[in-house]
Amino acid sequence: MPRLTIDDLRKIKEKHKADFTLREGGYRAKVTVHMGTCGIAAGARNVMTALMDEITKSNVNDVIVTTSGCAGLCAREPLATVEIMNKPPVKYCDLNDEKIREIFKEHVLGGNPVEKYALVVGSETTY
Amino acid sequence: MEKFRANLMLCAGTGCVASGTMKVKKALQEELRKRDLDEEIKIVLTGCNGYCAEGPVMAVYPDEVFYQKLTVEDIPKLVEEHFLKGRPYQKLMFKEPEKKTAIPMMKDIPFFKHQVLRVLRNKGLIDPEKIEEYIARDGYQAAAKALTQMTVEEIIKVVKDSGLRGRGGAGFPTGLKWEFASKVKSDVKFMLCNGDEGDPGAFMDRSVMEADPHSVIEGMIIGAKAIGAHHGYIYVRAEYPLAVKRLQIAIDQATEAGLLGKNILDTGFDFELEIYQGAGAFVCGEETALMRSIEGKRGMPRPRPPFPAHKGLWDKPSVLNNVETLAQIAPIIINGSEWYRSLGTEKSTGTKVFALTGAVNNVGLVEVPMGIPLRTIIYDIGGGIRKGRKYKSVQLGGPSGGCIPESLLDTPVTYEDIVATGAIVGSGGMVVMDDNTCMVGTAKFFLEFTADESCGKCTPCRVGTKILLDILTDITEGRGKEGDIETLQDLGRDIITTSLCGLGQTAPNPVLTTIKYFREEYESHIKDKWCKAGVCRNLVTFWIDEKLCKGCGACLRACPSKAIVGEKKKPHKIIQELCVHCRTCYETCKFKSIRILPAGYESGPSELVEVTATEGETTKGEA
Ligand SMILES: Cc1cc2nc3c(=O)[nH]c(=O)nc-3n(C[C@H](O)[C@H](O)[C@H](O)COP(=O)(O)O)c2cc1C
Ligand code: FES
Repeated sequence: MPRLTIDDLRKIKEKHKADFTLREGGYRAKVTVHMGTCGIAAGARNVMTALMDEITKSNVNDVIVTTSGCAGLCAREPLATVEIMNKPPVKYCDLNDEKIREIFKEHVLGGNPVEKYALVVGSETTY
Repeated sequence: MEKFRANLMLCAGTGCVASGTMKVKKALQEELRKRDLDEEIKIVLTGCNGYCAEGPVMAVYPDEVFYQKLTVEDIPKLVEEHFLKGRPYQKLMFKEPEKKTAIPMMKDIPFFKHQVLRVLRNKGLIDPEKIEEYIARDGYQAAAKALTQMTVEEIIKVVKDSGLRGRGGAGFPTGLKWEFASKVKSDVKFMLCNGDEGDPGAFMDRSVMEADPHSVIEGMIIGAKAIGAHHGYIYVRAEYPLAVKRLQIAIDQATEAGLLGKNILDTGFDFELEIYQGAGAFVCGEETALMRSIEGKRGMPRPRPPFPAHKGLWDKPSVLNNVETLAQIAPIIINGSEWYRSLGTEKSTGTKVFALTGAVNNVGLVEVPMGIPLRTIIYDIGGGIRKGRKYKSVQLGGPSGGCIPESLLDTPVTYEDIVATGAIVGSGGMVVMDDNTCMVGTAKFFLEFTADESCGKCTPCRVGTKILLDILTDITEGRGKEGDIETLQDLGRDIITTSLCGLGQTAPNPVLTTIKYFREEYESHIKDKWCKAGVCRNLVTFWIDEKLCKGCGACLRACPSKAIVGEKKKPHKIIQELCVHCRTCYETCKFKSIRILPAGYESGPSELVEVTATEGETTKGEA
């Protein structure tokens, strides 16, 4: 590591922000991919991979991704729930690689739910 | 840069490594790779979480799920359930001792819930071997502020105003200590850190050095500027190899980053730091002895004054601070003295870390605001007394401290209030004892330690502690006599007033406090030859109460010397000639039918009733 200046301290902090958003909380948005056996069979893995890819590319630090079990609607898997802080969560269904990328850009980054893929708005939060 | 959706903070402190962290880590890595999750989920090795008894432990973020007692066999299922399917794995989650339900979230676990983390702010949250992670948690911001925006006077003022007192035992105001050294004129001065941690059972400082070594270094940089030192040593006992390793890595990284060494952060300030490994003698934790030890001489204390602020290491002005004291400095510089004072009491401000051990359900490291009652620490954080037994006493301050009885459990933990009981806050060792403990034996245990560790330079300590120990040994082995208690008290007071250093000046405390609060126990040892806790082998007769014995045979099978006889479903009997007083039957019996009676007891059941009745009374009287 080269010698640091005071400004470097700030830059290092910024660079590690994503990890510490995970550890300390304080995120702006949370995406839950439902990965029950049914979800995985229907392709939830690909949805997750695409989502992680988008997050990496867009370089945002305040979005976290978690998984949860079956959402109880196996026929419409893969499912994902997007929660923007202080807004009702939105559940999306029948997802695939392209759809999740679109949702990420429009909803997570842009703040506008993608109605054409949405299943319900304001259902129970999933933790 | 790669992004992760989860961080697994796996504890790699001394305790957890000993219970298998490294194997668990390997299994986790393999399993994550197998399931293609290794690019989404990151494993971070942290320092001690203070929950070593349940190790290896791991916290999962962002879910905030806390796992304990991980084993290699559990890993495949854990990964599948939690990291693939998102269902926290119940089997490995924290459970409250009495209840069986799993508590997933760290913030709901009582052990963590009541704590306020300042010293331990990075505990389990960073990888201590990566300086970037410390910096990401505002690390070295305080050093930068102190070096560029603050004068020496301003640094000293904020530390003084914060009310911070030395956490190494004596509780001397840190700001004042810095001010004394700062005012002495000298071209060479030293900033020193005390990581000797000699109290048996204490591991606060080890945890800080292992889990957050940079926080100590940062405190030292700020102290060095305050007193005008350009050289420093961290004195660590060689029995703490992991702490030494992590500190050395931290020093190397900080030096490479220009945070130690010449011209720190381009401010023109120089501070070089080295580790000195001590051989682990208790007396070397005493400041003057510690300095002699660094000089390469035999670690023995010398009279003060001159105080180290004037003549310390190599006779140069020096400041020695405890690990935990130094870890408190950076947040004070950043947040100010008012913030620091917002916790604690007027004279005992901020937080203190305690190593809670002994007969409580949750043992581990706890950081609490000063002024919190002992009861809260023992019952809420500690989860009460193990196996539903009764509380008897808590030992505070290690070999220099004392034992506090139930009647004083509401004492707030402040320097003043604890001293008023006869104990001391000390460095923070807190050993809880239940009614299976003999208080005379407890005093003897600590005296064995101090008599052994006394350096021998001054007579009151060298000879005095030996005589105290001899009397205690006599009492516990049945040779106690009238007048022993008074001799212990007189001699104890003499040792306190005439010893050279803090070792002798505090060594009698465990004896004096146990006499003060448990005098009756000393008396029954001496007069009745009866150790009511059934610990001192020469002072007890184990006897089966026929009325309670169900003849289940458990004690008969457990007895190592085959001293118990009896037919199934009929009251059993102990053959006294064969009994070795090992307590095994007492611990084994589910029906509480084993009585602890005075030595030499041989009468029949009618008298048994009488003796047990008085026993019941006295136990009540003690509590
Ligand atoms: C016998 C003896 C042992 C001591 N052991 C330690 C120790 O292990 N760690 C420590 O920090 N202070 C220990 N001290 C206290 C130190 O002498 C000194 O007061 C302290 O390190 C100063 O730091 P502080 O002001 O930050 O507490 C010991 C004192 C005595 C008399
Ligand atoms: S070593 Fe892991 S909790 Fe202490």
